[in-house]
Amino acid sequence: MNQLMNPRRTEKIVFFFLLLSTLVVVLPVILVVGIIVVRGSSVLSWEFLTALPRMGMKAGGIFPAIFGTFCLVVGTVVFALPVGIFSAIYLSEYSKRGRLTRLIELAIVNLAGVPSVVYGLFGLGFFVVFLNFGASILAGSLTLAVMSLPVIITASREALQAVPKSFREVSYSLGATKWQTIRHAVLPHALPGILTGTILSLSRAAGETAPILFTVAAFYLPKLPKSVFDQAMALPYHLYVLSTQVPNVKLELQYGTALVLVALAVLMNIVGIVIRSYFRTKKQW
Amino acid sequence: MRRYYERVVEGLVFASGMASIIFVILIFVFLLKEGLMLFREFSVIKFLLGKHWYPISEPPQFGTLPLILGSLWVTLGATAISVPLGIACAIFIGEIASGWLREVLKAGVELLAAIPSIVLGFIGLVTLVPLVKNMFGLSTGLTAFSGSVMLAFMAMPTIVSIMEDALNLVPKTYREGSIAMGATKWQTIRRIILPSAASGIIAAVMLGFGRVIGETMAVMMITGNAAVIPKSIFQPVRTMTATIAAEMGETVQGSDHYFALFAVAILLFVITFAVNFLADWFLHRKKAR
Repeated sequence: MNQLMNPRRTEKIVFFFLLLSTLVVVLPVILVVGIIVVRGSSVLSWEFLTALPRMGMKAGGIFPAIFGTFCLVVGTVVFALPVGIFSAIYLSEYSKRGRLTRLIELAIVNLAGVPSVVYGLFGLGFFVVFLNFGASILAGSLTLAVMSLPVIITASREALQAVPKSFREVSYSLGATKWQTIRHAVLPHALPGILTGTILSLSRAAGETAPILFTVAAFYLPKLPKSVFDQAMALPYHLYVLSTQVPNVKLELQYGTALVLVALAVLMNIVGIVIRSYFRTKKQW
Repeated sequence: MRRYYERVVEGLVFASGMASIIFVILIFVFLLKEGLMLFREFSVIKFLLGKHWYPISEPPQFGTLPLILGSLWVTLGATAISVPLGIACAIFIGEIASGWLREVLKAGVELLAAIPSIVLGFIGLVTLVPLVKNMFGLSTGLTAFSGSVMLAFMAMPTIVSIMEDALNLVPKTYREGSIAMGATKWQTIRRIILPSAASGIIAAVMLGFGRVIGETMAVMMITGNAAVIPKSIFQPVRTMTATIAAEMGETVQGSDHYFALFAVAILLFVITFAVNFLADWFLHRKKAR
């Protein structure tokens, strides 16, 4: 019996099962992406990407949804990036370790954990009703911006803290003020890290449905929004509508929408990762 | 002039620094402001323990027990599946695999994190749901079980990446000491690395739990949305998140139903707040050591 339980043999058996478990996780991912690409690409065409939906969304393209998501992403970055970077600068350059910093950190952790549908309700209660923006691109972008803040802050803070102390010391010794030091000696070197974090958080925001359900999303709007106070269609919500709300939509049309959404998210992730690795190899310290 | 400029910038930086705190408070205040309105007429006890969620009957019933239990069943099911798999995955990727295999597996998990939840919900709807229906001979595949499987899958990137970080934090000398004493790699992982990384692993499990209980769209599409107290995991259930997402569009602003959905959101906010707070505490305990 003891001979059977030889440690080397145990190790082999255990490692085999660990490999199996990992494959159980990773293979379905490949399968899911594979299915979407294969079945979605059949409907993909120039018309699908650039035309308005027709016949109650059962035919035509998805351009308004693509455009709506684009507007939301731009709106999100406009609101979230400045606040996120300044917040990270505060945490990394100005704050002292203490109770306030700890409190901010806790707030960030909790913001990151708030369920997306709760963000949706908050956006509805605060931006749509209380600030009276109505269901609009503005309200939706602001809601997504609040949701993206924790990721942007955390990534930017790490990027700022990775800049060596000596950079700051040299700048001070030349007579620069604190802000000049941050602006010219620290921020430029942290920029790639900040960009990567921002793009990754935006890719998440672009794919979210629950926060935009009540703040911006329009069920079926076969025209483009004219201002930030208009409702808009959005890709994730469009997929939700096609797959659960409208009966008898061709499955291919749903796969096509899913493919565009996944392609967008994956593309943004790849851009983020490429920026990170490109600057990592260029880093001189 | 320059000093004035500096002061303005510092004020701006400080204000932005406080943004996270302000938003957490704002979220809580606005949920409370709307949610508490329900309790002018409806008792808190009936809300928490009532067995019936009939928001549009007359008089309406806002008992959240079916929703809370629905969320709990789906979440516990997902946790039971994702924790062992997640630990195995993190160990294999972090400690055992090397070279191209490691990179491929890592990329696979990262790819999963990049897929929007609505897409996974859609794929689950067209593949997993019929599969569950046929496999277990059920009348519908839209069950708590399908939701659990889907959510376990969705929680995997969170769990694996945080656990991998926890494993990486274990000092190299621990491993070297163990290997030098003649232990096999697996003995080292089991007796040395896993115990040392325990707090990080617990934190990963909790954050995974928080991720799962807050998931909305996929769960709404897959679990069948029947607001009844579930008797088995092979029945349709409705989670708290799905209830909010599905019903908010149909409510009249300022109606009791509208307030009740905000009250459900308060519950969700409090639960996730507690889970994240605890997880952070476990992570911090680790750092302090």
